[in-house]
Amino acid sequence: MDLFEYQARDLLASHGVPVLPGGVAETPEQAEAIAREIGQTVVVKAQVKTGGRGKAGGVKLADNAEDAKARAQDILGLDIKGHITHRVMVAQASDIAEEYYFSYLLDRSNRTFLAMASVEGGVEIEQLAVERPEALARIPIDASKGVDTAKAAEIVDAAGFAAEVRDQVIAIAVQLWDVFSKEDATLVEVNPLAKAPDGTVLALDAKVTLDENAGFRHAEHAALEDAAAADPLEAAAKEKDLNYVKLEGEVGIIGNGAGLVMSTLDVVAYAGEDFGGVKPANFLDIGGGASAEVMANGLGIILSDPAVKSVFVNVFGGITACDAVANGIVAALQQLGDQATKPLVVRLDGNNVEEGRRILADANHPLVSLEDTMDGAARRAAELAAA
Amino acid sequence: MSIFLNENSKVIVQGMTGSEGMKHTQRMLASGTAIVGGVNPRKAGTSVDFDGTSVPVFGGVAEAMKETGADVSVIFVPPPFAKAAVIEAVDAQIGLAVVITEGIPVHDSTFFWAHAQGGATRIIGPNCPGLISPGRSNAGIIPANITKQGKIGLVSKSGTLTYQMMYELRDIGFSTAIGIGGDPVIGTTHIDALQAFQDDPETEAIVMIGEIGGDAEERAADFVKANVTKPVVGYVAGFTAPEGKTMGHAGAIVSGSAGTAQAKKEALEAAGVRVGKTPSETAQLMREIVGS
Repeated sequence: MDLFEYQARDLLASHGVPVLPGGVAETPEQAEAIAREIGQTVVVKAQVKTGGRGKAGGVKLADNAEDAKARAQDILGLDIKGHITHRVMVAQASDIAEEYYFSYLLDRSNRTFLAMASVEGGVEIEQLAVERPEALARIPIDASKGVDTAKAAEIVDAAGFAAEVRDQVIAIAVQLWDVFSKEDATLVEVNPLAKAPDGTVLALDAKVTLDENAGFRHAEHAALEDAAAADPLEAAAKEKDLNYVKLEGEVGIIGNGAGLVMSTLDVVAYAGEDFGGVKPANFLDIGGGASAEVMANGLGIILSDPAVKSVFVNVFGGITACDAVANGIVAALQQLGDQATKPLVVRLDGNNVEEGRRILADANHPLVSLEDTMDGAARRAAELAAA
Repeated sequence: MSIFLNENSKVIVQGMTGSEGMKHTQRMLASGTAIVGGVNPRKAGTSVDFDGTSVPVFGGVAEAMKETGADVSVIFVPPPFAKAAVIEAVDAQIGLAVVITEGIPVHDSTFFWAHAQGGATRIIGPNCPGLISPGRSNAGIIPANITKQGKIGLVSKSGTLTYQMMYELRDIGFSTAIGIGGDPVIGTTHIDALQAFQDDPETEAIVMIGEIGGDAEERAADFVKANVTKPVVGYVAGFTAPEGKTMGHAGAIVSGSAGTAQAKKEALEAAGVRVGKTPSETAQLMREIVGS
């Protein structure tokens, strides 16, 4: 889960990282009130989960509260690379003497964590990594040891921070590790980490990504989710504990197992090339169980997507048995009744496949057709979606 | 021969007395696996009956190993307790720890991976279906009745695609099929399995199945080019996955331009691996190689 800047800032502040005073506003009036409280020049920043806000007009300075209200008015509702701005952060503006970069992230390739730091911050770090890799220190972290003051000093010295800020940055590096490890983050990135003219080092902007698998030990993280931004079908699916991703296409997909469902999407898109380019409408993994209830919930979500023209149910009976899945489909169609209006192409293989196919054949539901192979079923579903 | 697991493997189950553990211990036993014990400190000294087979429950992994000579542990322990369970297995120096549990925080898996470095334990998973050497032993949740012992080696990030591929090639059979798991940080990688299959005289050809996210497939492609002389066919899932969305598996995500299926396919093909467009086309490529 990626956080908004204001959420990241609050999280950093709660672990002692120095940040500037500020708050988040959903209306120009709220922005005005925050600016009045701060009582000096503020910066009004669009809260969107994408880069390039400045260039898009999403970051503006304001000299006073009235000005902050006007700037918030301009920015709220702004479309930044397809992200509509629903909130602005109003923070005390800071003069910046120097800009640095500091991050911790999960390094999948090396199965460890990585600290990256540079005294050349404020720029796109990917660009710096390519153009001047020597300016970006990359220090692996032993996940079983973490970052203490000595490790932080190693990172800070590798990046070449000047003596006058060294101790401050070391302290911040330890605090940021606290955020990274105690909050179960997979990314904590501060860019820029800035030195104010008085020599104080502060985190001016931050990106944080939290591990959703760690939700069981961070009940408070649930509140950070951006429910408003979620696709309504994705939100409905989540409520029913379904693993669903909305896509732009016409063939609804239900399958079991993440890999098989991903593969099903590809096979449908591949087959769709022959039928005017129809595409999969969603990812939906119903997991091992595939009970009637789960099947009904899944079908219900997919059939409520107006873009869906046909549905492909692709199940390999590994742990689950095909007869149970077939019974699930029949029961689900009964539960859905008149709501079920789109043709269903079903492919079953694996455990008890003959019995599963027999159940579907006996039910003889007018919407259901059976195919023997995954490729054949994908073709049939694409054809039906194009018809 | 087979890799990592054979007819002499003695298997214990951590989390055996939970519902998943019970269900799959039953299935492993039914497929002929030598299950020699379960681990649950609160039920130590008791035993569990599986259709007439009595399996003793031990208080810890080290004790279970000492009493039974176990060399494999299959772990079904739920996410909040999985880190401690894996660390216990590693500290007991068991040879193989198969972590089935899905939903382990990546800080936990990264920690137990680091903790296992330099130790005696190979970790498979987490978030994986385990591995099967058909006709010999089955450690995890892979259905044993799909196929038989044979000459193909299979390594895959995905459980159901493992089953699908075993089913497509069921008449030929497999030396070992391993699901390495769909998490961002896993113990045994494609490369580890490729190396073992290359060294296994029974394995004649290898199927590797990948999916979006990370660069494991690209690294495996480099490894194949430099070190694998046996034929390898490949399949990659997730061409239609949108950027920035997690597709079921925690590790299955395209980030920016990194981790795409297209890049993985191209890397594999550049290394001489034939890559199928669909699972059945991939199986067909394998048939052309092994000749049946």
